[in-house]
Amino acid sequence: MRTVQFREAIREAMQEEMRVDDSIILMGEEVAEYNGAYKVSKGMLDEFGEKRIIDTPISELGFGGIGVGAAMNGLRPIIEYMTFNFSLVGIDQIINNAAKMYSMSGGQIKVPIVFRGPTGSAGQLGATHSQNFENWFANTPGLKVVVPSNCADAKGLLKTAIRDDNPVIFMESEQMYGMKGEIPEIEYTLPIGKARIDQEGSDVTLVSFGKFMRIAENATKALSEEGISAELIDLRSVRPIDYEAVANSIKKTNRCVVLEEAWPLASISSEIAYMMQEMVFDYLDAPIKRVTSPDVPMAYAQTLVDAYLPDTKEVVEAVKTVLYS
Amino acid sequence: MSKVSHSKSTYLEWYRLMVLIRKFELKSAQMYGQQKIRGFLHLYSGQEAVIAGTMSAIEKQDKLITAYRDHGHALAVGVSANECMAELYGKATGCTKGKGGSMHFFAADKNYFGGHGIVGGQIPLGAGIALADKYQENNAVTFCYMGDGAVRQGALHETFNMAMLWKLPVVFVVENNQYAMGTSVERTTNVLDLYKIGSAYEMPSEPIDGMDCEAVHESIEKAAKRAREGDGPTFLEMKTYRYRGHSMSDPGHYRTKEELKSFREDDPIGKVKVTILKKKYATEKELTALENEQDKLVEESVEFAENSPYPSADELHKDVYVGDYPFLK
Repeated sequence: MRTVQFREAIREAMQEEMRVDDSIILMGEEVAEYNGAYKVSKGMLDEFGEKRIIDTPISELGFGGIGVGAAMNGLRPIIEYMTFNFSLVGIDQIINNAAKMYSMSGGQIKVPIVFRGPTGSAGQLGATHSQNFENWFANTPGLKVVVPSNCADAKGLLKTAIRDDNPVIFMESEQMYGMKGEIPEIEYTLPIGKARIDQEGSDVTLVSFGKFMRIAENATKALSEEGISAELIDLRSVRPIDYEAVANSIKKTNRCVVLEEAWPLASISSEIAYMMQEMVFDYLDAPIKRVTSPDVPMAYAQTLVDAYLPDTKEVVEAVKTVLYS
Repeated sequence: MSKVSHSKSTYLEWYRLMVLIRKFELKSAQMYGQQKIRGFLHLYSGQEAVIAGTMSAIEKQDKLITAYRDHGHALAVGVSANECMAELYGKATGCTKGKGGSMHFFAADKNYFGGHGIVGGQIPLGAGIALADKYQENNAVTFCYMGDGAVRQGALHETFNMAMLWKLPVVFVVENNQYAMGTSVERTTNVLDLYKIGSAYEMPSEPIDGMDCEAVHESIEKAAKRAREGDGPTFLEMKTYRYRGHSMSDPGHYRTKEELKSFREDDPIGKVKVTILKKKYATEKELTALENEQDKLVEESVEFAENSPYPSADELHKDVYVGDYPFLK
């Protein structure tokens, strides 16, 4: 194992795949000469040249669609959004074109493309720059949606996403790019759609994904100090969702809390709660509880950011609620 | 009139294709009236010269993509009338197995990248297809069609900018039939000459008589040459007219009978016929025989569609993902 930053894990995945497959290109704002807005693509222009690492104007609708068109005609583009907040001006190309082309053409035209970039809040950035659309994309058939929480998963899952013949949304985090973690020395990939048990436990099942796995891990530690054993599951992808992994855990713990950064209505946590009542109703000893951001836009002031974002304490309280303790 | 002389076979092919499209669309309207065809149905009648003049000027490896008025383009690239009619019927034998419907015809094996239902959504796709061809050095040009309404979408402007910046081998063709559904060009813009929009990106752009196969052919040939030589995109404004409403549900109250009549007098099929007869490329009798052949193809397509099976319910979960996917049940 060796230690890398999250941004390096993502970069390595792209570099390794690009070295063996000439059809892969990277397009987006500031990806080439600037070396990436968050330095994810640092050095890639030097290695692969301007034909394959392509700076675009600020035209998410345009370059998103150009990426989809290129994917329809033999390339495997990676489209970087500076953040998924900016993907909204180009979301037509993801939902109406990338996700539906294979189906609408009766299986004639596939769209092997990855749309990647950071999701979620990243400090005091205000309402437009602090949003989570994991559930929006996850709602759309034709897409796969991956939200890695650590360096090893990011690299292994991104390599799989790039090789996938379907459009994949790959959601990172500004606040995780500098985070360090261990990755295997040898080449590896990870399957999309398989959750990971981050920590085994027996009293409660805690489910999360992406950046919020840090909060979940901290909560798990805090709970352990109080003698509560939480089983922590990292979904890793939210389309498809590994419901079996969650259900199997609930069969053991009989209680469940879901943690995510998005707003509550029609969220991934709503989905997990619905599916679990269907799959393991008889095993549940308490209603499933969720911890999400509140049902309001994020605001700028630090006090409001603090009030907005879920924290360890909230998760611990939610766990205690389902434990009736 | 054309300065270039076209061969007998070119005129006869223009005539055959345009007659086929006209008759196919007429039959589609008829079957729509009988509720055999449902959903939205946008007919190409009147605009046939645009695709006919294109086909004679392009090469086999070139790509086509268009919006939802897409039957004519499909027939032009060689999708059979059978597959087209079956698709309109929603049958399993249709060109997308009954999945796309009228607005979403595709034929990957014929380099036809589809009919697209969201106005302007296909414009960046066209540039992307061209980017892939340039990257792979395929010597292919993409012809990206759109209606006049699509010119007002942001997608066009973003795409024009990048297509020029990267000198992509793509030709943007606006089929200006003068109405975005019921709203005339005059009522949506201060820039009535659509081709002038290209000049904001320094894209070579020109207005073309879209009711004239010869004029279309020449402009497409020139634009294709420019694209193939690495000089990038062209924007062609084909001034044309649709004889029918925007879709079958549109009675067309926003335009006058006189206006429609004046365009019908400029009919592209009629004009080619006059030339063929004048140049003695065929006799009236031979042309009638050619027309009858197209009639027969269209009649057969209805029979084919009628007799074809509907897709089975299990098709719903097929072709959504490449490979296996654990759908929610």
